[in-house]
Parts: sequence; structure tokens; C-alpha cells
Amino acid sequence: MSLQFRLASRNLFHDRLRFIATIIGIIFSMVLVTVQMGLYVGFRRMVTTMIDNAPAELWIMPVGTKCFEDPSLLDERQRFRALAVPGVAEATPLVIGYAQWRLPQGTTTPVFVVGSELRGLGLHPWNVVEGRLDDLSVPGAVAIDQTYFERLGITGVEQAAELRDRKIQVMAVTKGIRSFTTTPYVFTDVERARSFTGIAPNKASYLLVKLSPGADLGTVQQAMRDNLANVEVLTAAEFAGRSRSFWLFGTGAGAALFAGALLGLIVGTVIVAQTLYSSTKDHINEFATLRAIGSSSRYIYTVIIWQAVLSAVVGFAGAAGIGKVVAAATAESALPVIMTPPLTVALFALTLTMCIGSAIAAIVKVMRIDPAMVFSR
Amino acid sequence: MTDIVLEATDLVHHLGQGAGRVQALKGVSLSLKGGELVLLMGPSGSGKTTLLSILGCLMTPDAGTVQVGGKPVAGLDPEALAQLRRERIGFIFQSYHLFPTLNAQDNVRLALDVRGERARTAKTAAREVLATVGLGHKGKSYPRELSGGEQQRVAIARAIVGKTQVILADEPTGALDTANGQAVMTLLAEIAKDPSRAVLVVTHDPRILPFADRIIHIEDGRIISDESGSGTMKKVSQA
Repeated sequence: MSLQFRLASRNLFHDRLRFIATIIGIIFSMVLVTVQMGLYVGFRRMVTTMIDNAPAELWIMPVGTKCFEDPSLLDERQRFRALAVPGVAEATPLVIGYAQWRLPQGTTTPVFVVGSELRGLGLHPWNVVEGRLDDLSVPGAVAIDQTYFERLGITGVEQAAELRDRKIQVMAVTKGIRSFTTTPYVFTDVERARSFTGIAPNKASYLLVKLSPGADLGTVQQAMRDNLANVEVLTAAEFAGRSRSFWLFGTGAGAALFAGALLGLIVGTVIVAQTLYSSTKDHINEFATLRAIGSSSRYIYTVIIWQAVLSAVVGFAGAAGIGKVVAAATAESALPVIMTPPLTVALFALTLTMCIGSAIAAIVKVMRIDPAMVFSR
Repeated sequence: MTDIVLEATDLVHHLGQGAGRVQALKGVSLSLKGGELVLLMGPSGSGKTTLLSILGCLMTPDAGTVQVGGKPVAGLDPEALAQLRRERIGFIFQSYHLFPTLNAQDNVRLALDVRGERARTAKTAAREVLATVGLGHKGKSYPRELSGGEQQRVAIARAIVGKTQVILADEPTGALDTANGQAVMTLLAEIAKDPSRAVLVVTHDPRILPFADRIIHIEDGRIISDESGSGTMKKVSQA
């Protein structure tokens, strides 16, 4: 073990109470950052969950559509123009919109209806745990997620309810299809979706496009842009990016998450800086002695930076542990905190940066040491 | 006696600022030869510590020159001065200035670690030097577990482990009883037998006069006498 590391660790652990206080400070600040960033990752995923699970390579949408939930409509006749573009194998309508779900006791709750053709290309419910997708072809059939059973007054498949005063029957149940808006998704056939949402028969929210084998995505996209008027044609990745951008930055939700994370970083930086500074001050005689016996500035900075790194490692371990618990606890919620391996690595790098950055005040203090003070103390 | 290992010429230095500014050194010149143990004595405020700081390259004089091992130190930046100290000068302090969180061996090893010596070599050297100062069995002891005399011997070991040419000791017996003081001075006398090394001891302690080859008296920032010492005790230890 290098003496610099040993000095750093001993300096740090020498005053245990201060060390514990520092670690608690780092843990709390990094838990705040972790939760905010975990929410950010969760939010990023949730806002594009429908786009990510649709098998479409291209999305045709009304001009100015901001996100998947945008209520704008396009003329379904665009579908035939799309199908005429070389390289297009399928183009099917997708209808979305809000509707009122009537519970058995007579009260209503809003739901978000997603309707697509049940055969071939379409945004079908996934993770079906009860019933079958084919059963959605039965008149009035819908699929809901088990997360919303209580909200919708349902306990399983084949139960009836009313949607916009029309009789419906739950024929399939999914697991884990949750909406970040907390409004339950209801999957159904495209025609039924129109009737539940009041959308005219010749209108659709989107056209989902699948390419012929070997067709070039960029070429087909450009051809569609050239041939279809008053619509936008985006790849799935572009549409997901636009949706994320709208929800995260257009609404200020992302800014709020980042502001929370920044606050955590500032708190953490101040706590670590204060600790390293006071530790350096407490050990100023030792640093002056080091300087007197000829250590380079770099040698001393390394000791201080080791202290920062040690604080970061111990603090991050605690924060990551709590973050994992929070992630597990929120896994089934509408907005889960998600800890991905890249996020964990990034947060560790952030903690290191924060702690090393915090060492600046201590380093400045050491830079001003007069080594001649060793004779007067 | 051999070559001059430390030489200072016409040192002038001021301390403080404004109305409180005083001239601490008023043209001090001295040289230390290898194999010498020199005592620097004088009353409080006479300029001993300022002189020691300048000779140890911890402070830059307002005027005058210092050469360590024939190398002028004027104009060297703080990092170059630090390098000079770690390679050529060993320090011993009245209050030892050991690192309380490191054991005796690591305290000694530190002087080599700052030079970038390999850990294994440094550990071996530290063990050997601790044995030389009679503390071979105390390598794993922390300063709080050592007596004052033992702590000072660890500090001496730290000062000599790098085979520095100049050892500057500030009141090394100041905090010790007679027996421990004598033991420490015996060690320093042993070190000063090496013709490539010189030991300068700042002291108020008349009990250590018999160890000196030379005794320099400083008063009011000036050297008022520089005379040969009896070196009786040094000779005794040589015998």
C-alpha cells in the first residue's frame, strides 16, 4: 500500500465522527442525484414505451405532432399514398385518444385508448398474462394492464364494463404496461377505438409503416416526405427522440429532475469540500512537515485526492445501495426509478468528480503552507 | 575534516511588515564542513530559527547566498527547493513532528517515499536505520506508544535515512530529560563522524556543549562568536 494512500486513509478515518458525517452527507446527496437520474431514465423509457413496442419502422403523423399522446389527427387516405411509395410493405392506422371508463358502481375514470388493426402490423398489447390477443377480435373486447384492476373495477378477464357508454369486455390482461401519466392504457381494435374516442372513421392518429425486405429506410422516408402532404414522416428513433424531448424539456419535467440532481451535487460538493478542508487544516502540521522534508506539491495533492477518492468510493457504495432499494421499491410504480449499469457507472464517475472537485479548497490551503512553520510549532 | 557541505554568505532577512518589520539577520556568514557537529546558540529572538529556516531552504533570504553541497539555491523555485531538501537536508524538530497515524517504520520510510523510492527498498532502509538508532524493535509502534526520547530517535532516523549531507536540528533535546537528551546527542555525534555529513544543532541546552566541534553564538541577528568546541563527548563516542 502506498504511503500516500495510507496517510490519506488514516487522515480520513482518524476522526471517525467527522468521517461518518461526511459519508452520510455524500450518501444523501448522491441518493438525491441517483433518484433524480433514475427517475429521468425511467421517465425517458416510459414516455416512449408505446413507440418502442410498436413494430413500425416509420411513423406518419400530422405536422407538428409533439409526442405519442398528441391528439392531432390525419386523414386515413394518406395510407394509400403511403402504400404507393416503393419499398413500403404495410401501412396501418393507429388511433389513440382519451375516453371515460365507467366502473360498476357508476363512477367514471379516464383511460387512454390505443387502437390498431389486430392482424398484421399494429401496436398490440404485449406481456399478455391472461386471455389471448386473438380474443380482442370479439366485439367490445379490450385489453388492460393488471396494474389498473382496482382503478378500473376489474379483477380479471371476461369482466364487463362501459367505455363511452358502450359495453366492453376485458378479454386480455397485460403485465407492466403502465402509463407515466397514470391514466390506464386500454388496447382494442382500431374501429372500436374510434368509437370509444369519438374519432371520425376516416381519421387516424398515426400510420404505422413497415418496409419491404431490403428497402432502404432513408430512401423510403424521403420518398414519403415527397409524396405525402401535410404529414411528417419520422423513423421510430426520431419519433421517440421527439417525444422524449417534449416530455422532458418541453414540459419542464426534465429540467426539474436535473435541478434536483444539481442540488444534490451542490450539497455533496459543499459537504465533501468542508470535510477535506477541515481535515487538511487539522493536519496542517503534517503537511508542513511533508513539505519541509522535501515532498513535492504533487505528493501532497495526491494524499488529499486519495482522501477525496476514498470518500467517493465509500459514499457512493452507500448511495448505490440505497438507490437499488429505491429502484426495487418503485419498479411497479407509474414512474419507476431505473438504475441501469451505464447510469451506475456515470453516477460513480460523478461522485468521484464531485469529491475530487471538492478537494480544491483543501489543495489551495496546502499550497499556502509555509514549510518554515515546522520550527515554530 | 573535509569539504564544505553548507555555506551561507552575508545573509540578511527581515520579518514582519510595516511598523512591526524587524531585521532578523544582519549579514550572517557561516559554513559547515563534513564531519562537524556545530551548535548554534543564542537567546530568544536572536535569529536562530530564521537562520535555520534559510539554511534549510525553507525560507529565502532578502539578501545573501546559500550553497548546499556546492549548489547555489538562489533563484530556485519552491519545487526545486523541495527537491534539494529531500536529497540533501535532514530535519530534526524539537516537537518531533512525527505523523501520529503512521508507525515508526512508516514515519522513517516517508523521507524515502517523498523521493519516489520503491516501497520495498524504503522499508528495508527504514528498518535498518531504526535499528541504528536503537529502535529496531519498535518499528510497528505508533508515536503515541513511544517515549519522547524514542520519538526523537525516530525523527533522527527519518532525517538520516536518505543519507542527506546536512542535518539541521532545532532544539532536539529541548523536550527531553537528561538521559534521553544525552542519548539523542550521542546519536547526532555518531552521525557527525561521517566526513560527508555535517550536523547543525540549534540549542539553549548547555548540557550538550561537550558534543560540539564548534559553537556559534548569534545575538541580535549577528554571529558574535564562532569557536571550536571541546568535542569531548564526540571523541568519547568515537573512542
